[in-house]
Amino acid sequence: MRWKIADYAGWGRALRATGDLARPERLSSLTALMAEEPAPAIGNCRSYGDACLNHGGRAVQMLRLDRITGFDASRGVATVEAGVPLGELARIFAPKGWLPAVMPGTGFATVGGAIAHDVHGKNHHIAGSFGQHVRAITLVGVDGQARRITPADPLFRATVGGLGQTGVIASAEVQMLKCKGDVIVVTERRITGWDEFLGYLDASDATYTVGWIDATATGATLGRGILEEAETGSGLVSQPGRAKSVPFDAPGFALSPNVVRLFNGAYYRRVPEKGRTVVKPIQEFFFPLDRIRNWNRLYGKEGFHQFQCVVPVAAAPALRAMLERIAKSGLASPLAVLKRMGPGHAGLMSFPMEGYTLAVDCPNSARATRLIGALETDTLSAGGRIYLAKDSLSKGNVVRAMYPNHAEWAEAVNAADPDGVLTTDLIRRLDLRNA
Amino acid sequence: MSELWILIGASSAMARALARALAERGDGLILAGRDMDDMSATAADCLIRGAPSARAMLFDARQPETFQPILNALDDRIVNAAVFVGSMPAQDGIDAAPALINGVVIDSFTGPARFLHMLAPEIETRGSGVIVGVGSVAGDRGRLGNYVYGAAKAGFHTYLSGLRNRLTRAGGHVVTVKPGFVDTAMTWGIPDMFLVAQPEQVARDILSAVARRRDVIYTPFFWRYIMLIIRSIPERMFKKMSV
Repeated sequence: MRWKIADYAGWGRALRATGDLARPERLSSLTALMAEEPAPAIGNCRSYGDACLNHGGRAVQMLRLDRITGFDASRGVATVEAGVPLGELARIFAPKGWLPAVMPGTGFATVGGAIAHDVHGKNHHIAGSFGQHVRAITLVGVDGQARRITPADPLFRATVGGLGQTGVIASAEVQMLKCKGDVIVVTERRITGWDEFLGYLDASDATYTVGWIDATATGATLGRGILEEAETGSGLVSQPGRAKSVPFDAPGFALSPNVVRLFNGAYYRRVPEKGRTVVKPIQEFFFPLDRIRNWNRLYGKEGFHQFQCVVPVAAAPALRAMLERIAKSGLASPLAVLKRMGPGHAGLMSFPMEGYTLAVDCPNSARATRLIGALETDTLSAGGRIYLAKDSLSKGNVVRAMYPNHAEWAEAVNAADPDGVLTTDLIRRLDLRNA
Repeated sequence: MSELWILIGASSAMARALARALAERGDGLILAGRDMDDMSATAADCLIRGAPSARAMLFDARQPETFQPILNALDDRIVNAAVFVGSMPAQDGIDAAPALINGVVIDSFTGPARFLHMLAPEIETRGSGVIVGVGSVAGDRGRLGNYVYGAAKAGFHTYLSGLRNRLTRAGGHVVTVKPGFVDTAMTWGIPDMFLVAQPEQVARDILSAVARRRDVIYTPFFWRYIMLIIRSIPERMFKKMSV
């Protein structure tokens, strides 16, 4: 059968959907499906909110279109079907001396999702966004026709970061980057406070740089954390064993403020005062949480929200005030990340812009909703924007004000899909088809 | 040493999973089936994953003239084969059009059996090689929901049993694989599925059975016990049940 009724959720599990899913295993099934009953594509549902949901409607789950169908070793360009997880791409290519040019924080994200959100990684300040390394996309339109589009094509900029609204991405030609091997040399150092953190992030010339931030620390320790700088290398380290799994929803107190504060303190002191350099398999650095399957269950059955924003460099004081707001609320979980972003992006609705990006998880609650609402207002007035791959709470007028090319994108998307058959819960919630 | 595997019905999810596992351990592949575009994509994928050779070739159970070219493509490597073909039209479709039975039997039994019969001498000549025949738990007992498909698979099981008897004395081996419910396009959307296995698990079970020279395996293993119970129900009771 083509359709299967399913309950599914975004990674944060605060938003859920019930609807029909198809899961084509061949390109010919996908094009036939799109010609007859077009629907938006979803991948591994690693976006946190509702970008991957179509409640009461249909969606095409792309996970079985997951082959690497070509590799041009002279140029380093791989042709990959949209359902290939980026971690799998890294696992196969790293021993050959190549890595996906951009990898987000989870290896379970698929190539299709990485394009549709124009994702960034720990090397954004150098390498830019995922879409900047895409040489061509095979896009199946709502007419069932597969077309190859390149960056020269106007539809390309509407497709990259385009939230799946121009068609279903069937495959892509992606430029890989040379790497020395499948191990990574990571230098970790303690950062005692906010100003020091920004100083280090600005000065870092490492290929991969990311900061873990203790979002519970207040006062003099506000903004303390750990800076990680890394380079790939060759060598022999023991490869990761089988992933562990969180077998059931954790009780609510698992991430209560006191527990988080204790955990964060210990996590901070895990790195010696003078710092250290460690060698690990690349997966442990790029995809640290993938070792624990279903870690989202740690937030209990109510799920959680992730807030991620980027603000311009000049608005750093505003971001500090936002972190202060988060720390005072006591709502943040241990998962908080601070990073310097470069200007690189490839789509009209891409998230990245030059500045600092902050990401924080909060267990789902009315207080978290209020906190994130206030943070969104702060972001807007700081001239920044929030990341739609993470969002589950924002409002359309706020988001449209943050994305200057939204009207141009909406026009391109409405031309590609005039009947709106590709809309998702995110698009409807934020009314993004409305220019 | 690298061996060669012919996968018949190579567009199926289970065959794709097995092809990848074989590629990663360095075996060569002939992917045989009807959807050449799809199999070419899998062949390219397998080459990147480490297969020393991988090519797509036409195989249509209903067109026996497609069989010989595959045998012509063999070299002097040890050759193995795994058969995944079969077709399962809805039983009520067959009730309305009994002529469909012929196609089910050709796809699930006589087509692959005829091919394996042509392949058997190659294994006997080399004195080595394994044939994996994917049957089905549906072949263990005729049931209301899919007894035509089940009957064809039962025929295939019996054929494999005889072929095992023949090839064993020449140094070859035959593994009969009886999968329960597997998460593939064939079962997608069928209501009330339970204990559904992933194709990758079936592929792992097949490779382990080949390595251990098992004769008949169920995958996942617990289907052996489920089918033991189903087979042991007396016919006078079974005929009134819907299981």
